Formats: sequence, C-alpha cells, structure tokens
Amino acid sequence: MREMKLFLGPQHPGMHGNASVHMYVDGDIIKRSFLLPGMLHRGFEKGMERHSWMNNISLIPRVCVVEPDINELAFAMGAEKLLGLEVPERAHWIRMIIMELARLSIHLMAYGGIGGPTGNYTLMYHAHADRNEILDIFEQITGMRVYHQYIVIGGVRKDLPKGIEKDIHKFLDSLEARYDEYRDLGIDNPSIIKRIKDTIMLPKEVVWELGVTGIGMRSAVNKPYDIRKVMPYCRYDQVEFEVPYSDYSDARSRIDCKLKEILQSISIIRQCLIKIPEGPVRVPISRGQSMRWVVPKGYVYSAVESSRGEFGYFMVSDGGTNPYRVGVRGASYPQGLLGVEKYMPGTRIDDAPMWIDTMGVCSPEIDR
Amino acid sequence: MKDNENKRYKHASIFGPMRHFKYIFKKPVTHPFKIIFTRKNASYLNDNAIIKNKKRLDSAPRTAPDNLRGFHTNDWEVCIGCGTCADICPTDAIRMVERADLKDEAGKLQQRPVIDYGRCCFCALCVDTCTTESLKMSKEYIYASTDPDQFLLMPEKTWQGEKVEQGYVKTEESDLLDLKRIPMEHIEPDERKKSFIEVVRGYSKEYARQEAARCVECGICTSSCPVQMHIPDYIKAIWEDDIEGGLRQIYETNPLPGVCGRVCTHNCETACAIAVRGEAIAIRWLKRYIIDSAPDDMYDKIFAEPVTEVIDAKIAIAGSGPSSLSAAYYLRALGYTVDVFEEKDRPGGVASYGAPQYRIPDYAVEKDINFIKKIGVNIKTNTRVGTDITLDELQKKYDAVFLGTGFFKARMLNIPGADHKDVIGAMDFLPLARDLARGHLKLDEMNVLPSAVVVGGGDVAFDVARNLTRIQIMKYGKANVLLTSLESRDILPASLDEFVEGGEEAVKMELGFGPQEIMIKNGKVKGLKVWKCLSVFDEAGRFNPKFDETQEQVFEADQVYLSIGQAPDYDYIPESMKDKVIIERGKIKANEVGQVAGQEWLFVGGDIFRGPDIITGVADGHRAAQGIDEFLYKKSKKKEQSEYYKELREAIHFNTPVLAMKPKRK
Ligand code: SF4
Ligand code: SF4
Ligand code: SF4
Repeated sequence: MREMKLFLGPQHPGMHGNASVHMYVDGDIIKRSFLLPGMLHRGFEKGMERHSWMNNISLIPRVCVVEPDINELAFAMGAEKLLGLEVPERAHWIRMIIMELARLSIHLMAYGGIGGPTGNYTLMYHAHADRNEILDIFEQITGMRVYHQYIVIGGVRKDLPKGIEKDIHKFLDSLEARYDEYRDLGIDNPSIIKRIKDTIMLPKEVVWELGVTGIGMRSAVNKPYDIRKVMPYCRYDQVEFEVPYSDYSDARSRIDCKLKEILQSISIIRQCLIKIPEGPVRVPISRGQSMRWVVPKGYVYSAVESSRGEFGYFMVSDGGTNPYRVGVRGASYPQGLLGVEKYMPGTRIDDAPMWIDTMGVCSPEIDR
Repeated sequence: MKDNENKRYKHASIFGPMRHFKYIFKKPVTHPFKIIFTRKNASYLNDNAIIKNKKRLDSAPRTAPDNLRGFHTNDWEVCIGCGTCADICPTDAIRMVERADLKDEAGKLQQRPVIDYGRCCFCALCVDTCTTESLKMSKEYIYASTDPDQFLLMPEKTWQGEKVEQGYVKTEESDLLDLKRIPMEHIEPDERKKSFIEVVRGYSKEYARQEAARCVECGICTSSCPVQMHIPDYIKAIWEDDIEGGLRQIYETNPLPGVCGRVCTHNCETACAIAVRGEAIAIRWLKRYIIDSAPDDMYDKIFAEPVTEVIDAKIAIAGSGPSSLSAAYYLRALGYTVDVFEEKDRPGGVASYGAPQYRIPDYAVEKDINFIKKIGVNIKTNTRVGTDITLDELQKKYDAVFLGTGFFKARMLNIPGADHKDVIGAMDFLPLARDLARGHLKLDEMNVLPSAVVVGGGDVAFDVARNLTRIQIMKYGKANVLLTSLESRDILPASLDEFVEGGEEAVKMELGFGPQEIMIKNGKVKGLKVWKCLSVFDEAGRFNPKFDETQEQVFEADQVYLSIGQAPDYDYIPESMKDKVIIERGKIKANEVGQVAGQEWLFVGGDIFRGPDIITGVADGHRAAQGIDEFLYKKSKKKEQSEYYKELREAIHFNTPVLAMKPKRK
C-alpha cells in the first residue's frame, strides 16, 4: 500500500491544545510521525528576560496551560535559592495545597481526556465538571481560574480567603466518593481496557534513553522516583504520602498510577489543611518597590514534580532586575517530542491520541 | 501497588459498558450558558445585541468570588496620576492620558490611566503597585463589542456607568511598594548637644541605594520643587550606583545641592507619591548622599567643556546667598564675567551665617561654592555694596547688576523692655553662633547667659534655641532654654524635624502664648510676661492674634531672644534711586524674572524679592540669570556660537523653574 500523510490535530477531539501529530501511515499502521507543538507558545524563555522578576508572574504560568502553578513554584523557588530567601512557613503549606489541587485538576483532565479518543464522553464531561470545581476554588483563592499568578518569589500573593477550607474539604470528599465510579467509567471499563491494555508501551529502556520522568518513568522502572520524595521542596517531607509505581508500562498502567495519585493528592491536601500554621504569607524579596528588586548573580536549577514528571527551571541572574536567562525543562519534552518521532511509529492510528494523552504531552512546555 | 494489576482485568464482562446507561438519568454536569453571566453582563450583551437568542439572557447570575480579578475601577478623586500602574504593567496595556479638566494640584498629575483590554492579562500587578490604592478590580469579567476601539477603557469609580461589586484589591501582603523609609542615623541628643557636630549623619551607600529603590519614578515631586529638580533621575542614578550621572542631573537645576541636601524645606517630599500611604522618599537626604559621595574631581565632568568667557558682558552680584550664587553659576555657565560682592568674610549668606553649623557644616557649603568658583565666578568677600563699592559704581562698571542681599536684620518686638541689651534678635545672634562654631569667636566673647526664652515658632526660632542649648552647655555645663510661640502645636510653622530634634535636645516648649513685656529688675532681664494666645489669625485669615489677659504667665530667664521674622537692609540703595525702586512690605517689586521696572539693568532675587526659603532663592537666581541673558545676549557684540554653547544655553533656558506653586494635595 502507498504511504499516506495524515494529520492528527490540532482540531481533533483526541488532541491536546494546539499540538498536532503529522503521521505517515501505511494502512492503519503509523510508519513515521512528528509532533508539531503548535508554535503558539514560542518565546516564553526569551520573554522572561524582558520582564522583571516580579512581572514575570504574568508570563511564566503560560508555559503550561492546564497546570500553570508548577511554573510559578519552580520559578519562585529558583529565585529564592539565589536570594537565600526564607519563605514564611504558612506560604509553604499554601503552595502545597495549590500544587496538589493543580495535580488533581490536570489528572482529572487527562483522565477525562481518554474519553475523547475512546468515544466515552460521559467520562470526559464528569471529569471536567469536577475539574471545574477545582477552578472555582482557585478562583476564590487567587482571583483567576486558569492563570493564577499566585505563587510569587517570597511566598504567595495573598492569604487563603476565609472559609476556603470548607470548600476544599467538600470537594475532596465528593471526589473521593466518586473515585470508584471514575474507575468504573474508565480504566475498569472493558471497552476501554481493550484499548489501553498491553499497548502503547513505554519500556524501561526507552525511559532511560529519552529521560522520561514522572508517571511514565515510575510505571516502567518499578521505582517511586518523585521529586517530592527525592528532593523535597515546600513541606513535602512533613506529609505522608505514597508514590504509585509499577513494572509494566502500558497505557493502562500509566492511567492506573495517575488515578492512584489522585487519592494521594487528596490525602496530602487534607494533611496540609490540618498542619498549616498561621502567619504571614509573603516576604518582599528586598527593600524598595518591586520594579527595583534584584536577584544576586548566579545560576540555579529548581525542580518540582509536575503531573507529567520533573519540571524544572534553570535560571541565570546577572544581578539585575530581570532574569538573564531562563531555561525550562518541560516534563513532557522527552516523550512528547522525541518519543513521538521514535516510538509512536509502529502503533496504530487510533492509538495515537491515546499515546499523546497517556504520555502526558503538553505543547507549551515543549514550545516555550 | 507494585504488582502488575493489569493481570486482574483479563476477564472483564462484555456487559461492562452497559453501566454507562445509568448516566442518562443523572443530572447533567455541564453548565448552561445562562449561568455564566452575571445579570449585568447579560443585559450589557443584550443592549449590544450580541446575543441573538434573548431567552438565554434570562440568566441566573453567577456571582464571582470576592477576590476576582475582573475589570478595573479607579477612583479619580484618590488617583494622583502617578503612572506607576502603567510602568509595572507587564503587557504594556496601560497608557496615561492627559486630562486638562482635572485640577492642577501639587502632588497630582493631570492624567489618568487608560487600559487596553486587548492587551491586559488581568494580572493585577497594577492594583498591587498603585501608590494610592485607587485602582481596584471589580467582579465584572464579561465584556463584548464588535468595535476594537471599545476595548480601550478609562477605568472610573464605576464600571460601564454603574456601581459594581469590588473584586481584587491590594492588601498589605500583596503590596508591591515599600512604604517605610530607610531610617536616617542621627547623632544621639546627649552627644550632639555638647558641640556643633552635624546632627544628621547621612546615608551609607547601601542605605541610599535601598532608599532610592523605593522611588517609582513618577516625577510628581519634580513639579512641586521650586527649581523642578530632576528628582526621579538622580534617585535612579543612586540606585544604579552612578554618582557621576546623579551629580550631572542635579547640577542641571541646582548649583547648591550640598546646602539644599541638608536644609531644604523639601516640598517635594510632601508631594511624593509614596507619601500618600507611606513615608515619602527621603529626597533631600538622597541628594545630600550624591554630593557627599562625589569626589572633587568628579565635578570637572559636570560641564563637558571648560567654562570660559564667551560673551563680552559683565555682571555684578550683590550678596552671596543662595539666589546670588545661583544667578552667578548660571550666568557664568552661559559665558559671562561674573563678580560677586560679599560684605562678610565668607560667601554663602544664610547658609554660612544663618543656618546653624550642626545642620549645615562649613565644609558642605564650601564644596558647593568651590565649584562655582572653579568655573570662574569671582567672589570678593569683605566688600560691602553701598560702602566699599556703591551701587552707582556697579551700574557704571557692569552691564547688569543682581541684588540678592537677603533679610539679615532681626525684626524686634514693640513691647516694654524690648530695648534691653539682653533682648537679642535672631539674626544678630545666629551669625555669632556660627562664627563661634567655626572658631572665629571665643566662648567668652559670646553674650550668652545661663537661661533664655526664645520667642518664635519657625525653624529659625529652633535654630536659636538649639544653638543656645549648645553654647550654654559649653559655657555652664547645662542648658535652660524655653521656646515660646504664638502658634500652638497644630499650626506651628517649624518643620517636624526641628520640633522633634529640639525636644530631644531638651528645649522646653510653651506653645500658644503672646509676649507682653520683658520683665526687668535692677537693670537685669528677669523673664518674659505672656498672655495665652486664643487665635493667631482672624476670620479673614489675616495675622491678628487674640489674647486672654486673664491667663498671664511669666517665663523666667536671663535673656530673651526674638525670632519673629527678619527684615532687609536697603541702606546701599542710593537716595537718587530710592524713588525708582518700589519696595512693598520689605520686598522689591520686579517682573517675573526679577527685573526692576524702569531699571532694566537691575535684577533682584531671594528674600528681598520672593522669599521665603533657600530653594526659592535658587530658583530666583536661575530665572534672573535667564532674564539677564535675554537682556545682554542680543546686545553683546562678541559671543561664542559653537554647537556646545548653543546646547548649553538651550538647556539652561529649558530648565526654567516654573513659577506657579500649586495648592497642596489634600
Ligand atoms: S491587570 Fe496586569 S496586564 Fe492588566 S492592566 Fe493591570 S498590570 Fe496590566
Ligand atoms: S498607580 Fe494608582 S494612583 Fe498612580 S496613576 Fe495608576 S491608578 Fe492612579
Ligand atoms: S521621589 Fe516620590 S514623587 Fe518623586 S519620583 Fe520618586 S516616588 Fe515619585
């Protein structure tokens, strides 16, 4: 048969954001494939050099649309390291609450995302409806639903609004109560199992070869490698949680880890709400008004565990008001860009959307 | 968790998918269109006919949370037009737009922000940095229009003409300004009372840079400065650690920065944007920091080319106070020959003989004057215009004459006993105190007795009281000085610094009393009899004190010092000219630049023209220099035309101090 070129996305229910996969197929087998991240989120790193340390808050969240908070935290922590700045205790706990809420929201979105390519729209609507509740909580805390611009160098912008704990607990309880239902709808549903079991593999060797982290790695190498455990930040060393992992990295096992993480995040947030102390939530990074804040000369790498793996900022400061250079390690870069080229070929056309979804590909963090 | 759970799902029932059917009977989780609107938004869209299906507008409004970063509101009464919001905006969405219909007040600019909602990302940095907290966000977040121009909006107190609920506002935590001043170190009162050591120590480099970092570069201060110093520019230079740049900026508008950096009345700080909610930037101390840190040879870089005579005209200047020195500096910079005549043995006028040594030490005055001399201004000391050289002679020998002779006579009180030798006027005492401080007089040459009452409520009264405290301690080991003024604490004209520091130095204060009689017994002053003062001004705002005679008191003292104002001495104006120069309430009448009507060669400035403070004198000098230049430049035959001089001349004329002082910000 003759090889044919086929575009998956950007207009496709199984595609994420503005990314698309260009595939050359023979029958329904993909022969060659390339990811086109969309070129919509180009130039962020360069843009950061043109904004002051504080003003970058308007730009950095955009490096990952669905989980913007990881950017804010990695950026803030990096600058804090260069500054030698001690963040107020309460801010650490608030940051953790935000991070875990964000993890829930993106896991729900990704899990609901398998509804698109599998035709299981019930799952998608319900997962998004739950994610919507999280966005409501974010809106109350930060004033915005998606780009929170909330975690800043020195802490967080504002304290939690009064009574938000109640809303968070309420949401966590309802999500927990629906957990089994979610499993039923998706991962334990025979028609979906057929699509995800023993397929779209991400073997150990590929993990090592490409540098995949996060769930992709954990579910392949049988090790709970998680930045929150191996390089704890905020107060992750003061809460109890487990890191799900497995030794068989097919699509189902990755989704399974993802779902189990939802339970862990629920538990972390609950612990945070108990342990969070009172106190201030932000310290100014130095004297003066924010446009004249400077960060000492030096370079730093700071990383957080995103829903897709290790997400890091490498930052260089020349002692000025703006970062001199910022490099973002997007967690899905290895599997998203290189993996699509090298390991998607050989799978079937209808596997491609599942490939993208279960690998956790986020185009802005590839584009940057 | 580690086992491969996949194995457990081998035999899922083929009826499994059936379980989805139950969702048919569940309540939908999607939000209907109508509830994403607030009612206001819905009707707004309705008006604009953007939504065709009106049924949808029958909405159950969704209330946004309190923190929502929605469309901005800006209270114009509170907003000062500083433009800080525009500076911080990371998307460059804010433009400041001139609004001539706004009142022109000191401390406010006639402009307000316009936001381009095609660019705004609702980050609220503008809200968090707003100097006045006038800029806030509302809970409104939907707006639509088919016309792109409609997205340029000037936030007002209302949104689309209606009162709306408040969303995101700045809190103490989210504030991006630094409202607290870097503390200035002062010598401890017990220490400084014993000598004339300078009280204020000045900022270190680190502190100056931190203080400079607080400035938002709005320039509101500039329009309140009598010479319109380029304040944000030199503050920025400090922050960038560019002393040379700062020095150059300063010398564009003020040739006496060492003096002004210490004793200026700092109108700028009253107007400073940061002062709306916090402590004003220490503009005066920052200026002083530049001067203190600038080495002498750095001054050579102020003028790119050496200053020389390039215009063949000569100007004489009578007096060497701030206005005279300022006129001399600018005239010299323009290329004239300038001779300054000073009756005392030091130039500087009030800076050298009025202000106390502990405020402005000689070396600081000298630093300013040395530069003025260095560019070629001739200062002839011990030469009194009127006696050593007459005004007529000056008129003949020079092409123009500037008078800046100041108010150096003490005003006395017309009450019984006021002619006693131990009743001393401030302006008779202060020059002596200054000479004592610089070692030109000996302690026992000073007629200072162990206790004194100082009458007056201005800065000069405090200068007298605090000088006296020092001299009494030097002479008798302890001080006993009481300051009494007509004005009560709330309307005391003296600056807060003086009031606080005077108090620290144990100057006693009895405020709100009017002197009635100097009590004299056996030829010696025994004290001052006063009545309680009920009010200082009458309803029309005129000075017309009212006393309560029943509340009489005597403040015991060996001496009484009067600091109730200064007066000029016009002895040097010859009889022949007396009728040509109009003097009103002690001041000479002249046009805006100080040119005396009918005597176009004669210019005046400083206390004898406008007063009341040093910086206004400096402004007078600058304006007079321009006036003199206008008058002489055209007439002179020889004049340099190089590009450099043209630029210099332009700059000096460009930086003209604007006259009209605006009413203070409420
Ligand atoms: S909210 Fe942010 S982007 Fe919008 S005008 Fe204010 S500073 Fe600019
Ligand atoms: S920062 Fe505030 S006070 Fe200044 S112009 Fe903007 S809105 Fe007005
Ligand atoms: S000193 Fe104050 S008023 Fe002047 S530019 Fe700075 S912040 Fe604005």
